Amino acid sequence: MQRAFLSGIIVAVICPAIGIFLVLRRMSMIGDTLSHVALAGVAGGMLGGIYPVYSALGFSVLSALAIEGLSKEYEQYKELSIAIILSAGIGLATIFISLGNSNSAIFSYLFGSIGLVSSRDIWIIFILGLYILISILFFYRSLFYIAFDEEAARLAGVPVKWINLYFIILVAMTIAISMRIVGVLLVSSLMIVPVATSLQLGRNFKQTFICSILFGILSVLIGLFISFYVDLAPGGTIVISSILILIVVILIKHIKG
Amino acid sequence: MEKVLDVKDVYFAYGKKHVLEDVNLAVFRGDFLGIVGPNGSAKTTLIKIILGILKPQKGTVVLLNSPIDRFNQWNKIGYISQRVKDFNIAFPATVEEIVGANLYSQMGFLKFLNKEHKMKIRKALDIVNMPGYQNHLIGNLSGGQQQRVFIARTLVSGPEIIFMDEPLTGVDVQSQEQFYGLMEKINKDLKITLVMVSHDIGVITNKANRVACVGDKKVCVHPSEDFDKEGHIKKIYGKDLSILHHRH
Repeated sequence: MQRAFLSGIIVAVICPAIGIFLVLRRMSMIGDTLSHVALAGVAGGMLGGIYPVYSALGFSVLSALAIEGLSKEYEQYKELSIAIILSAGIGLATIFISLGNSNSAIFSYLFGSIGLVSSRDIWIIFILGLYILISILFFYRSLFYIAFDEEAARLAGVPVKWINLYFIILVAMTIAISMRIVGVLLVSSLMIVPVATSLQLGRNFKQTFICSILFGILSVLIGLFISFYVDLAPGGTIVISSILILIVVILIKHIKG
Repeated sequence: MEKVLDVKDVYFAYGKKHVLEDVNLAVFRGDFLGIVGPNGSAKTTLIKIILGILKPQKGTVVLLNSPIDRFNQWNKIGYISQRVKDFNIAFPATVEEIVGANLYSQMGFLKFLNKEHKMKIRKALDIVNMPGYQNHLIGNLSGGQQQRVFIARTLVSGPEIIFMDEPLTGVDVQSQEQFYGLMEKINKDLKITLVMVSHDIGVITNKANRVACVGDKKVCVHPSEDFDKEGHIKKIYGKDLSILHHRH
């Protein structure tokens, strides 16, 4: 339980911190795509006897690079590269799951798990989570400028090409370490919904960024409590908590006029 | 006079379609150069070549004495693109955050906005006549105000040249007047060189001191007083048309 809460809070901080830049760049689909690829990585890892978080990390980072590469092939259809990798991810995941016989273990990666979080998981989540967070804070200004106006950012001296590439790798890493808690199917929701809630309130970018993280933490804490006491998969309870927070914020905003 | 931009023998083609051939263009410090030409005459392409966004198949571009492929003085260049108004108006950013973003290359290692940066932002907003707007969300401003914020964003880093690509598309007449008033101030008082693409031949030729006509894959530069507006329009439209200036 303690392990799940500790790793849950780390995940709750990094998912919206990455997600805000995905949402503002209208790239929300990338989260979904990379999480499906991560599922292929998990199934592949189980099949090959590799620790699933490592294989998911490898698969999603490689597919993040593939999306960047493919988007150059389809410059006028940027979303096509995401759709191609999504198809490849689901295809591979289906094949690997069919070949293996560990459906219950797959289930825990699909929807998240509290009881199965090992100390090895915690260490990976902690180290990579810290790395991702430091990276986001370090590149905060560049990511902000690229999200607002990529062309102007480039002319202001922001190394747009490299930061875009690095950012998509961070997205892949975030998904790989978050799937243990939220599950691959719902990790992109934790990247998006707290940000959507925060967009309702933010009076500047910094505040929106901080509120997204706070809503992420709140969703994870409520979700994990419910998951623990009612014995439900945490992915579902976390994401539904975040949706309920969103509804409450929208209602309060409307009531206040 | 000091040359700040020198475009020499530039050829550019999209695939097999040649859009610019043997283009030569020089801009001098303090110029206000208007670039005019019909739609599709490669005005935007020319600006993008000058800024190194597109690479010409042949020829050279030298900006502030540095070849464009090795150019690194981006803090001295301002650019207001045609698409500047296409931003996400729901983007949760304040005027200060947006204008401050252009100080990127002047920020320290961790890219924080310090007091000096905030002072620069205030000054830039004063120039565009928007004092006290630092904490306003960009999406809550009118179109004319948003445009002035983008001009402030360009000014904040202290540029020597500002390039503008049809900045007045979709802007009402009153805001256009304000815009040109502001450009005059920037050009004459702040001594910033301006290069502006415009389809509004009538107005730009009255405001700029030199005019570059883009058409038939060529570029011809005239002092604006020698520019034959009617002749240029006849060439574009194939018939006599005159420009009427009137006020209601």
